[in-house]
Amino acid sequence: MKQAPYLQIDGVEKTFTRGDTSNHVLADIHVGIDKGEFVSIIGHSGCGKSTLLNIIAGLTPATSGGVLLDNKEVNEPGPDRAVVFQNHSLLPWLTVYENVRMAVDKVFRATKSRAERHDWTMHKLDLVHMAHARDRRPAEISGGMKQRVGIARALAMEPKILLLDEPFGALDALTRAHLQDSVMQIHATLKNTMIMITHDVDEAVLLSDRIIMMTNGPAATIGEILEVSLPRPRKRLELVTNTTYIKAREAVLKFLYERHAFVEAA
Amino acid sequence: MSRPALRAVETMPQPSAAAPAPSAEVVTLTPPRSAPRLALLKPKLISTASVVLPPLLTLALILLVWEILCSGAGATLPSPSQVWRDSSDLILDPFFVAGSQDIGLGWRVLTSLQRVAIGFGLAALVGIAVGTLVGQSTWAMRGLDPIFQVLRTVPPLAWLPISLAAFRDANPSAIFVIFITAIWPILINTSVGIRNIPQDYRNVAAVLRLNQIEFFWKIMLPSAAPYIFTGLRIGVGLAWLAIVAAEMLTGGVGIGFFIWDAWNSSKLSDIIVALVYIGFIGFVLDRLIAGLATIVTRGTAAN
Ligand SMILES: Nc1ncnc2c1ncn2[C@@H]1O[C@H](COP(=O)(O)OP(=O)(O)OP(=O)(O)O)[C@@H](O)[C@H]1O
Ligand SMILES: [Mg+2]
Repeated sequence: MKQAPYLQIDGVEKTFTRGDTSNHVLADIHVGIDKGEFVSIIGHSGCGKSTLLNIIAGLTPATSGGVLLDNKEVNEPGPDRAVVFQNHSLLPWLTVYENVRMAVDKVFRATKSRAERHDWTMHKLDLVHMAHARDRRPAEISGGMKQRVGIARALAMEPKILLLDEPFGALDALTRAHLQDSVMQIHATLKNTMIMITHDVDEAVLLSDRIIMMTNGPAATIGEILEVSLPRPRKRLELVTNTTYIKAREAVLKFLYERHAFVEAA
Repeated sequence: MSRPALRAVETMPQPSAAAPAPSAEVVTLTPPRSAPRLALLKPKLISTASVVLPPLLTLALILLVWEILCSGAGATLPSPSQVWRDSSDLILDPFFVAGSQDIGLGWRVLTSLQRVAIGFGLAALVGIAVGTLVGQSTWAMRGLDPIFQVLRTVPPLAWLPISLAAFRDANPSAIFVIFITAIWPILINTSVGIRNIPQDYRNVAAVLRLNQIEFFWKIMLPSAAPYIFTGLRIGVGLAWLAIVAAEMLTGGVGIGFFIWDAWNSSKLSDIIVALVYIGFIGFVLDRLIAGLATIVTRGTAAN
């Protein structure tokens, strides 16, 4: 028998209820994710991707079903499931360094000395190439830099699993490409388990081992899971002509725009 | 988040384009020495003048109109020149001491400021603490908010008889009136600020598992700081309004009682000088809190 996956999502359902109106967002989500795997979730806007990620993070409770990480049930948020939020969520009154340091101080207060925590913080900032801007405040750095700091903060918690909610959604194509390369590099070096939400088909195929494609809401569920069996390290320029890449891309596009085309509410 | 697209990731701050290239020297044979410095000074002078001159001109105009209106024989109020003749000692030396009741306005203002400092300080402490509670807890809000909404409309002086009865002394009563006047805007603004903490910051705190105390110091206070300072600014203005009125009734030393005393001895010129003092101090208090706010909340508002 195959051993249980590292992260197991088991029959997760979510219904938002307010007063007597209820909104069935997620239905019957089953999936297992292995240690060190990079998985993308793709689907049309509003289908419930963020909701699913928040359930894994423990920020939103599932209506029924459950999530197991490393054989432990997830029922509250914690630093073992670090989140890179859709809109960076850096604290604007702290500098870049302080934003990361705050997380380091909280997670490693008991296990690392002051000097070790400083080194750890600087190391994570180096990893995302942001050490040079350590004393600037979020308002003084670009959108791409903010996301880098957000990633550094999440990595600094040394999470079992890294959750990224459209981390590059608000960025231009050039910056996006830079950051995708950074994330691939980090994944190769640290071998983290990562789940990333994206709207971008190329991004999903380039980065992922598997792509989870979600159907449209209400009651969205997993429509299909696509394996991307491209060898790593992947180089974006070489992939342009790669048949596996082109096929994977086509499969995702067909899923999104043919079989589950987004129906605009009139 | 709405970021303009096309921002390079590693862009360092561009060298300022404002630094002018030295090109003109080549053409001019004898460049006048003082020209560049004057050219630099001129815009500064103009900008300073454009800030300072309009209020000065307006002031001169007001004084002129006032002088004309009040210099007739039947005028009920003193003209500016009359004020100067009657009360130049008060204007020129704020800190003279010529007897137990004959002291400069500076001393009186300081006494009033001391009361404001105590009353306002207490209001800030209690207001921020209770405001945090009300902002954090739905039940505290449901229970307390309606009561606060009613209490805050009670005029400051209406509290004075009750506090006189309770404290049996003028000084603590005046301080209590300051407190009860200043607390409402502080409390209500704080609770709004706490309620408006973005969900993102709460999520960050949740992922990090910050405990209540860490959450208060690291997220709540800095995030709500702009709101809290708005409350403090309104509060200090109200406190200054209330102290003058309260002192008129309670007596003793203080700028409010000075006005009342001057009225009883028909020294209208003294009252006018005192009014200018009060306005000026109120302005300074407001600027002080505003300045403190910009120092403390640097970065917070701009996101
Ligand atoms: N706290 C909430 N209360 C009520 N309904 C909610 C809540 N959060 C999300 N929803 C609803 O759940 C649905 C899915 O939202 P979600 O944010 O998960 O979508 P998404 O797939 O992440 O969209 P996007 O790609 O635009 O970020 C939406 O219809 C939304 O209105
Ligand atoms: Mg989302």
